[in-house]
Amino acid sequence: MNQAPAGDATAGAPMGAPEAAAPARAGWRRLRESHLGGLALFAALLAALPLAAPDNYFVTVVGVTAGINAILAVSLNLFMGYAGQISLGHAAFAGMGAYASAILTTRYGVDPWVAMAAALALVGVFAHLIARPVLRLKGHYLAMATLGFGIIINIVMVQEEAYTGGPDGMSGIPGLSLFGWRIESDLEWYAVVAAVLVAVMAASLNVGASRAGRALKAVHGSEIAAQTMGIDTARAKTQVFVFSALIACFAGSLFAHQQAFVSPSSFGFFASIELVTMVVLGGIGSTFGAALGAIVLTLLPALLVVFEDYEMLVFGAILMLVMIFVPQGLFVGAAQLLRDRLAARGRGAEGG
Amino acid sequence: MAEQLLQYLITGVTVGATYALVGLGFAIIYNASQVVNFAQGEFVMIGAMTAVWFLALGLPYPAALALAVAATVAVGWLLAKLAIEPARRASVVATIIITIGASIFLRGAAMLLWGKSIHALPHFSSDTPIRLGSATLMPQNVWVMAVTAGVVWLVSLFFRRTLTGKALLACAANRTAAHLVGINVSLMLLVAYGLAALLGGIAGILIAPIAFTSYDAGIMLGLKGFAAAILGGIGSPLGAVAGGVLLGVLESLAAGFISSGYKDAVAFLVMLLVLFLRPGGLFGRAVAERV
Amino acid sequence: MLSRRSLLKLSAAGILAALMSAAATAADTIKIGTFLSVTGPASFLGDPELKTLQLYVEEINAAGGVLGRKLELVHYDSGANPKNAINFVKRLVQRDRVDVIVGGSTSGETMAVIPIVEEAGVPFISLAGAIEIIDPVRKWVFKTPHTDRMAVGKIYADMKKRGIAKIALISGDGGFDKSCRAQALDLADDYGMRIVGDESYGAKDTDMTAQLTKLRATDAEALVNCGFGTGPAIVTRNVRQLGIEVPLYQSHGVASKKYIELAGDAAEGVRLPAAALLVPDQLPAEDPQRPVLLAYKKKYESAYGPVSTFGGHAYDGLMIALQAIERAGGTDKEKVRAEIERTKGFIGTGGVFTMSPKDHMGLTLEAFKMLEIRNGDWTLVE
Repeated sequence: MNQAPAGDATAGAPMGAPEAAAPARAGWRRLRESHLGGLALFAALLAALPLAAPDNYFVTVVGVTAGINAILAVSLNLFMGYAGQISLGHAAFAGMGAYASAILTTRYGVDPWVAMAAALALVGVFAHLIARPVLRLKGHYLAMATLGFGIIINIVMVQEEAYTGGPDGMSGIPGLSLFGWRIESDLEWYAVVAAVLVAVMAASLNVGASRAGRALKAVHGSEIAAQTMGIDTARAKTQVFVFSALIACFAGSLFAHQQAFVSPSSFGFFASIELVTMVVLGGIGSTFGAALGAIVLTLLPALLVVFEDYEMLVFGAILMLVMIFVPQGLFVGAAQLLRDRLAARGRGAEGG
Repeated sequence: MAEQLLQYLITGVTVGATYALVGLGFAIIYNASQVVNFAQGEFVMIGAMTAVWFLALGLPYPAALALAVAATVAVGWLLAKLAIEPARRASVVATIIITIGASIFLRGAAMLLWGKSIHALPHFSSDTPIRLGSATLMPQNVWVMAVTAGVVWLVSLFFRRTLTGKALLACAANRTAAHLVGINVSLMLLVAYGLAALLGGIAGILIAPIAFTSYDAGIMLGLKGFAAAILGGIGSPLGAVAGGVLLGVLESLAAGFISSGYKDAVAFLVMLLVLFLRPGGLFGRAVAERV
Repeated sequence: MLSRRSLLKLSAAGILAALMSAAATAADTIKIGTFLSVTGPASFLGDPELKTLQLYVEEINAAGGVLGRKLELVHYDSGANPKNAINFVKRLVQRDRVDVIVGGSTSGETMAVIPIVEEAGVPFISLAGAIEIIDPVRKWVFKTPHTDRMAVGKIYADMKKRGIAKIALISGDGGFDKSCRAQALDLADDYGMRIVGDESYGAKDTDMTAQLTKLRATDAEALVNCGFGTGPAIVTRNVRQLGIEVPLYQSHGVASKKYIELAGDAAEGVRLPAAALLVPDQLPAEDPQRPVLLAYKKKYESAYGPVSTFGGHAYDGLMIALQAIERAGGTDKEKVRAEIERTKGFIGTGGVFTMSPKDHMGLTLEAFKMLEIRNGDWTLVE
């Protein structure tokens, strides 16, 4: 049998590591697998940015939107990456959170946090109910089912104007307070959104490294094989679906309070496609990829506002080109390239 | 009540004819390549918009229409060659994303070329309404229904009588076997996309005199056409046609008798019901699952 | 329609971007911010509005500017989408730091941005129609177009003259449409009108035959369509398709040649209240508006083509703002705001404006004329 390559720097357990690893070693492996080091670096960058440029519109205003998009993209990536499925209606979950928060706080004077909890409960139940029938489908059919739900929910947002304010949306949504401290300025929102983003990314990375996560990756590989191994694929898929819906719902509620305005166009078909584009750009299955894809695709149109007419063309081109030439995504592709280079250099140095 | 019913049926069958052509295009491409072409609706938009463009450039109306359909077929070929063929070994998820990307790209290009305003095509013949009892019918409605029926008949002849048509069906049944008996499978891909684009383009020029067209007219049409294909059974071309007309009528009746605001939701509700209860659709065969 | 236009737009945008970055250092220009629906379903509102603003900013700059300072127009295309409008107004206020905002083609967009301008304390002159923009009066918000309430009043008065008493309504789902419909319901009793049918359609709908079929079955003696942009054009065509023969009234949301172009022959006989800008030649010689209207019409038409009242509203807004800046002796926002409120007897394209702390629009019903479309053109029927 050929020699296993020395210094195999691919992330994950080195091949042939003794199974009877001490719990500490297993814990350390899990930590490394979950890329928490990278996350810490990312969090540091996020914190440094507003300190370096506190008055910059792109950091404070666009940055908050980018952060929320990143949270949404990471949640979508959980579903798409670990379950290997595609959802074309993810923005609708965010919309449900946003509108539930908006309607309850604005029209019924409910406390924002209570409203948020109610929204989470509502979306959790809804996602759970539709998970079974939807997740039995595969491929195109699953995609179209999620699309159908997304569009129907969007139509309800537009039609029920007595509650939702119709196509022109609802303004005057009250702000959010955290233990008595009102989140007011853009910088304060930036801090809150950044913190939530890092937390969500940590959770997502954790899922990937956990037992459930590995089960899900197995499903992605081959559902039949996974079932043969005894993994309850239906349950795994449902869990990740509901979890990703809940995160999206929470992000939607945050968005509603931050903007003080909601409208159906933020949560329609194109919004769902934008989220898919962000995940695809970064790399399906990669938490960092999804976050970075979201940040890039939010900043770029804002920076290039003179080219906004080209936005659609560019999105379409990105989807096509990435899927044809770099289907694993730009971020994942770049990371792989880097790792291969490092591995080659490592092998070279050992005279192999 | 009954008088309104006739009016709703007229609108429903007209719109349904458009869905039928779009759904038929879906079915043909799916049969040939196992790809769901999300850009199908854009073919309709391109047919209508290029017709408007050629007309504005001063061409005589029939020439503008013919050129528009030809241009749409060209776009279909480009799509097949540049986006679909390079990715023929890609996963299902990947091909879905590619065709969605293509549809967005085409929409963005249309927006840049022709702007965002809506346009209308002149009616093919007169635009005086015809009275049919208490309902009215435009001559254009008759054009839509007649031409659609004619086109569908021609397509079915194509599949049953010509060699190319049969080759296309063979690819759908079993691609490898078709390849082994000497059928040029990638040429069949071009034929399929060209045909689907042709159908879309024709649908576009037929419907534009009645419903305006604009750069984003294709989105809903594509999605509803897909719902029609699913309703009929995605493998079945004739099923797609029947599904399309049925969907159009259901939508029109719902708009008239239930709520015009929720009209668009009808197609998707029907689609969800079919997907959950009878994924094969009304006329479809069992779908081969990809493991 | 041709790609040359988009190339031109791109280079214009590129130049504007360069200008913007250069102007960031030139702090003594007067910055006028605007967000308009140049593209999208309200494009025949926003497009002439932008062209008018650009035309007059250029002319005024060539003549030396205002108070010796040049004007700088910062514009964004919000596409009739309130979400975009909010983003762009935030940008105008926080990043571009404009002195005054003249914009907001649609009522939906205007209503959405009001909280932002109120909090930021920037004078805002809206170009949209709904009465709730200035009722209740808000400190920083003004508007130049006639309200939908006035439009409905004018329509009802005309109907009464023609002996119409039963009407059917059809309206879109946007802010202006809903507001106009609310006014129609509210004022019906005052003019002795009975509403026997009430349907609505979506902004993106391309077929209103279902709704009109239902209305056709009622015994309405006239139809009123509350809306703007492409919706009313489709309604008009559908009315003809369905062989509906009762009179059709539109609001001033269709006061543009584009409407006639889209609706085609079906527009014959349609009546609508509109500013006299569309028919200046048909006004009596002593009308004080005549010279202003003819001057604007000449200038706009030589550059771009047929006028619409929407461009006129933009002209009114710009001039009111600039005259206020002149009277205030500078761009101090509080002073400018106070001066806008003190506008008296300004002869604009919409009428003669006199504002007050209780009236942030300044027009009366006389400023509105009733027009009918004959032979594809506007005719005064007062």
